[in-house]
Amino acid sequence: MDTGTFRGIITGLLIVAFIGITVWAYSKRRKPDFDEAAHLPFADDDEQPNRDRSASPNGADSRKSKGDKNA
Amino acid sequence: MSTAIEHPTYNYKVVRQFAIMTVVWGIVGMLLGVILAAQLVWPQLNLDLPWTSFGRLRPLHTNAVIFAFGGSALFATSYYVVQRTCQTRIWSDKLAAFTFWGWQAVILSAVITLPLGYTTTKEYAELEWPINILIAVVWVSYAIVFLMTIKQRTTSHIYVANWFFAAFILTVAVLHIVNNAAIPVTAMYSVSVYAGAIDAMVQWWYGHNAVGFFLTAGFLGMMYYFVPKQAERPVYSYRLSIVHFWSLIMVYMWAGPHHLHYTALPNWAQSLGMVMSIILLAPSWGGMINGMMTLSGAWHKLRTDPTLRFLVVALSFYGMSTFEGPMMAIKTVNALSHYTDWTIGHVHSGALGWVAMITVGSMYHLIPRLFGRTEMYSVSMIGIHFWLATIGTVLYIASMWVNGILQGLMWRAINADGTLMYTFIESVEASGPGYIVRLIGGLCWVTGMLIMAYNVYMTVNRSEDARQPLPQTA
Repeated sequence: MDTGTFRGIITGLLIVAFIGITVWAYSKRRKPDFDEAAHLPFADDDEQPNRDRSASPNGADSRKSKGDKNA
Repeated sequence: MSTAIEHPTYNYKVVRQFAIMTVVWGIVGMLLGVILAAQLVWPQLNLDLPWTSFGRLRPLHTNAVIFAFGGSALFATSYYVVQRTCQTRIWSDKLAAFTFWGWQAVILSAVITLPLGYTTTKEYAELEWPINILIAVVWVSYAIVFLMTIKQRTTSHIYVANWFFAAFILTVAVLHIVNNAAIPVTAMYSVSVYAGAIDAMVQWWYGHNAVGFFLTAGFLGMMYYFVPKQAERPVYSYRLSIVHFWSLIMVYMWAGPHHLHYTALPNWAQSLGMVMSIILLAPSWGGMINGMMTLSGAWHKLRTDPTLRFLVVALSFYGMSTFEGPMMAIKTVNALSHYTDWTIGHVHSGALGWVAMITVGSMYHLIPRLFGRTEMYSVSMIGIHFWLATIGTVLYIASMWVNGILQGLMWRAINADGTLMYTFIESVEASGPGYIVRLIGGLCWVTGMLIMAYNVYMTVNRSEDARQPLPQTA
């Protein structure tokens, strides 16, 4: 196998890895786990809230209540 | 600081130490930058002494802002974030304390040896071999503390910020050890094991990944914790953050050759570096958009919260400099921009606009919480600092754009007979006004940092007052 073919195979493998990671990350099956992970910064309850409470994640105007599927 | 309220679970002491030193080294490093900017306007400010000459103070400035200021900020935030998101105490208090004192020893030895003229001449890796060994020992200890803390986590997930911090720590260990491989000749002199074009390629593989992993991945770890925290909502898309992470670390590794366009480096390597630098725009902007969109539905908070403003403007500058970088990596653009002040402007749009702004924003979130308070002593002072930092950055990068393009055009201008139209010194003279504007921008930043230092001092002091036992009524 010459160097060019070897480089081509490596490039192909990296593309497959990238597509694989993307498909895995965006699969429906992973959604609940990722939601849990995304809330880890808020899992601690020993902290005072910020000054402005009007837009807290559980507030009336949270993204989810506005139909944002990523929230 | 030992009197501060101790957290029942977490080790905040080491975080506090690094957070305070972030502010201290920020002032020192930026003050050195201002001195250097003034030397370029008034060269006699080098005092005609070897120790205060531009060539010796410039590496001290870069080491102080990158490794002392940025490094302390990364230690502070990574230790804080890993404990809070893994819900466990740091793996070893003693080893964590060693990383603090070890890192400060590294910085102090840089402050002593660089003005004395000890240098490997490798940019951003100037420190000589005995100091490099100390850095390697401290850094490996840091990796052990951080990774073992993740290992003993009580949560099932490893939060995305910790992925970025872990990638930054591991990669910097590899970069530092490989690039500084050298044969010691005397106690403070060594020769690199690499030679010629390979030495140059190893240096810029290191140099660009220092940007990619030290100044980007590490600070993205900060972004993924402090932006959601300050906006009080989870990151816009956790799925995008995973794709962002893997694509960023896969692509960054290959971008280094763009520092060596039109040199002795083989042409194919230059082109590869250029192409990979352009591809890098995609993950960079993916991350920036993810951070920005975290604020959707909370944009009104920017009106009242200057800390959040720091974090969001940092993301804007990140987006801007990660667009500018790939553009400058294109060989034809680089033919104009390389070796001019445009490069210095680009570095500072990243260093001041992104790294320093995200650091300052994170510190304003972090410091009151470390000292048992809900917010800083003065929120309006944060607002003043924000405007000083923003105006300072804009003045800096705008003046360097003008200077850079001016220099690039003057250097390539030729007469009909093929001789150069301008001498080098004519381009230096033409750069004078830009250097003055840059100095003003730098002064804005240092003033802002001094205001921050006062605000931090008052926050820490007031929290100590608050801890006095209240008089009991009979």
